Amino acid sequence: MSMPAHATTFERIWRRLYLAFCAGVFLFLIAPIIVIVPLSFNAEPYFTFTRDMLALDPDGFSLRWYDRLLTYGMTAPDAVRDGAWWADAWANSQWIHAAKNSFTIGISSTLIATALGTLAALGLSRPEMPFRRAVMALLISPMIVPMIISATGLFFFYSKAGLAHTYVGIVLAHAMLGIPFVIITVTATLAGFDRSLIHAAASLGASPVTTFRKVILPLILPGVISGALFAFVTSFDEVVVVLFVASYDQQTIPLQMWNGIREQISPTILAAATILVLFSIALLTTLELLRRRTERLRGLAG
Amino acid sequence: MPTATDTVAAGDLGPLTTGDGTPLKTALARATRRARLKALFLVAPLLLFVIVTFAVPIGQMLYLSIYNPVFSDNMPRLSSWLRAHDVTEVPGEDAFKALVLDLTEARANRTHAQVGTRINYERSGATSLFKSTARKIKKIKGPPYKDQLLALNEEWGELHLWTVMSRAAAPHTAAFYAQALDLSYDAEGDIVRAPENRRIYGHLFLRTLLLSALVAGLCLILGYPAAHLLASLPLKYSNLLMVLVLLPFWTSLLVRTTSWITLLQSQGVLNDMLVSVGILSDDGRLELMYNQWGTVIAMTHIMLPFMILPLYSVMKTVPKDFVRAARSLGAGPVTAFLRVYLPQTVPGIGAGVLLVFIISVGYYITPALVGGSSGQLISNQIAFHMLQSLNWGLAAALGALLLGGVILLYWLYDRLVGVDNMKLG
Repeated sequence: MSMPAHATTFERIWRRLYLAFCAGVFLFLIAPIIVIVPLSFNAEPYFTFTRDMLALDPDGFSLRWYDRLLTYGMTAPDAVRDGAWWADAWANSQWIHAAKNSFTIGISSTLIATALGTLAALGLSRPEMPFRRAVMALLISPMIVPMIISATGLFFFYSKAGLAHTYVGIVLAHAMLGIPFVIITVTATLAGFDRSLIHAAASLGASPVTTFRKVILPLILPGVISGALFAFVTSFDEVVVVLFVASYDQQTIPLQMWNGIREQISPTILAAATILVLFSIALLTTLELLRRRTERLRGLAG
Repeated sequence: MPTATDTVAAGDLGPLTTGDGTPLKTALARATRRARLKALFLVAPLLLFVIVTFAVPIGQMLYLSIYNPVFSDNMPRLSSWLRAHDVTEVPGEDAFKALVLDLTEARANRTHAQVGTRINYERSGATSLFKSTARKIKKIKGPPYKDQLLALNEEWGELHLWTVMSRAAAPHTAAFYAQALDLSYDAEGDIVRAPENRRIYGHLFLRTLLLSALVAGLCLILGYPAAHLLASLPLKYSNLLMVLVLLPFWTSLLVRTTSWITLLQSQGVLNDMLVSVGILSDDGRLELMYNQWGTVIAMTHIMLPFMILPLYSVMKTVPKDFVRAARSLGAGPVTAFLRVYLPQTVPGIGAGVLLVFIISVGYYITPALVGGSSGQLISNQIAFHMLQSLNWGLAAALGALLLGGVILLYWLYDRLVGVDNMKLG
C-alpha cells in the first residue's frame, strides 16, 4: 500500500496519521489481552510490572498463581504431590470444580442448541416458511434482550418450576442463549446452498433423511460447527444467569472469576484469564480453519 | 383422438386437472400447504423451546411488575374493607378491627414483615411499624381497637399510610411503574413527580442512554478507520489484522474486564507507566476506574468488534474504482470521501451503531465490576433490586421499561438492517 506518485504532501501526511491512528486502535484492541499474560507470572501479589520483571530477572517471575489456581479449595494443598494429592485436587479444587461445571454445562447446552437450531434453520431457509420474519425475530431475540432481563425472568420461572439451583435449569437457559448464534450461522450457510441438490437426491430415490445425512449435512457442517462453537462460547462465558439461578454446586469459571474480582482480587484471576485467552486462541483457530474449508468447498479460494 | 389441449382449445372450459382428476388449483394449494407445514414442522420444536424458556419467563416477569398480592392475601379482612370504602380520612373502628384481626393472624403466620415491606415501598418506615405493632398485638384483647392501636403507635392515625394501604389492597398495582418513572402518590392519592432528591431512575435511564451513546460514538470513531484499513488491505494482510479484532471478540468478557482492572487501577500498569515516564506525579495518579470512565473505556473495548465487523462487511462491497473515478473527475480527497465513499458505508454505520447501542443499554457485568457508583447503568439497579433489596416488583417494572426500549431499537434494527443479515465473525 504505497502512495501513488501524484500524492500531495498533505495526502502523505494524512496517510501517515491515518495509519498511526489505525495502529493505535489495533493496539487498544489487543494490548489489554496481551498484558495479562506476563503479569500472571508475577512473583509478587501485584497487578503491575515489578522492577524485577522489567529487568527480565527470573526471580521476578513465578508459577505461584498457577499453583494457587490448582490448589485453591483443596483439603491438603501442601501434601506431597502424589496420586492422592491429584485426587484431592480433582475432587476439591474450586477452579477444577468450576471448570468441570463449565464444560458439562457448555457441552450439554451446545448439543441442545445445535440440534434444535439446525433443524429450525432448515425450516427457516425454506422459501415456503410462513411468518418467516416474525419467527426469525423471535428466535434471535435472546441475543438482543439484555441478559439481566432474561436472567430475572428465569429466576422467577425456575423458582416456580423447581428448576432453580439445578444443572438442568442452567443447561436449558444456556441452550436458549446459544440458539440465536446457531440460527444465524446455519441460515447463512444454507443461503449459499444449492437447493437443486436436494431435488437431485430426491429424484435419485433418496428419502428426506438420507438426503439430509448424505447431501445437506456434509455441506452445511462447517456452518453448524461454527454455530456450535458460538453457542459453546456463549455458555462458557455466561455469568448473569448463573449468578441468578445457580447454587454453589453449579459454580462455573466465569462466576468464580466474578466472585474473585468482587471479593479478593489476586493474580490468581490473571492466571485463570491467561488460560482462557489460550483457550479462545484455540477456538479462533478452529473457526478460521472451518471458514477456509467452507470457502474451499464453495470453490472460492484456496 | 382429442387431447387435453384440444378440449381446452375447443372451448370446453373445464378447469385444468391433474392426472387423478383434481383441479390443478386445489392440487397446488394442497402441495403448498404441505410444504408450509413441513417448514413449520421443522421450526416447531425450537419455537416451542424458546417460548417455554424465554418468552414465558419474561412474560411472567412483566406480570409481576403490575401484580403484587402480598397485602391482599395476607390482610384479607382489611383489604376487603379498603376495597369497599373510599379512604379520604383516617377510617373508624371497623377498619381498625379488621386491621387488628389481620395483623394477629399475619403475626401467627409470620407474614407481617412481608406485608410491612410491601407498604414500605411507598411509605418508608412501614416495615418497622408493622413489625413493632405485630409484636405487641396480643395486648389488644377487644374493642375499642382504634384507640388501643393508636396508643401502641400513633403512626396508625396517619392518612398517608391509609391511602397507601388502600392502594395495596388491590392485587394489581401501577405503583412499581410509578416508582420506576420517579412518580409517587401524594397524600390525596394523586400522581405527582417524586421530590427532587428521590428522582433516581429518570437520572439513571438518562445516564444509561448517554453512556451507551458515548460508547457507540467512540466505537464508530475508532472502528471506522480500522474497518477501512481492513477492507482496503490485500487479503493476506487483512486476515492477519482481523485476528486482532476477532481475538478480543472471542475472549471471555470477564477476562477483558479483568485486564482493564489491571490496566486502569490507580496502582495499575497505565498509571505506573505514566508515573515512571514523569507525566504524572505519584500522588497525582489518575482515577480511571470505579467511575464512569472505567465503564466507558472497558465497554468501548468490548463493543469495538461489534462495530468493526459490520462496517468491514459493508466496506468490502464498496468498489474501489468509485473513489478513484471521483478523484479523476476532479474531486479533492475530502470531497471524494464525503460524497462518494461515506454514503456507501452508511448501512454499515447504521448496523454497527445500533448493535453497539442495543447491547450497551442492557449491559450489566462490566459496569458492575469497573463502574463504581457513578458508572452504574440501569441493569445494575435491576440486579440490585433483584438480589439485595428484594423489591422484585420494582425490578420487574424497571426491566419492562428497559425491555420496551430495547425492543423498539431491535425493531428499528430489523427495519434498517434485517435480522437475517446479521453477520458473525
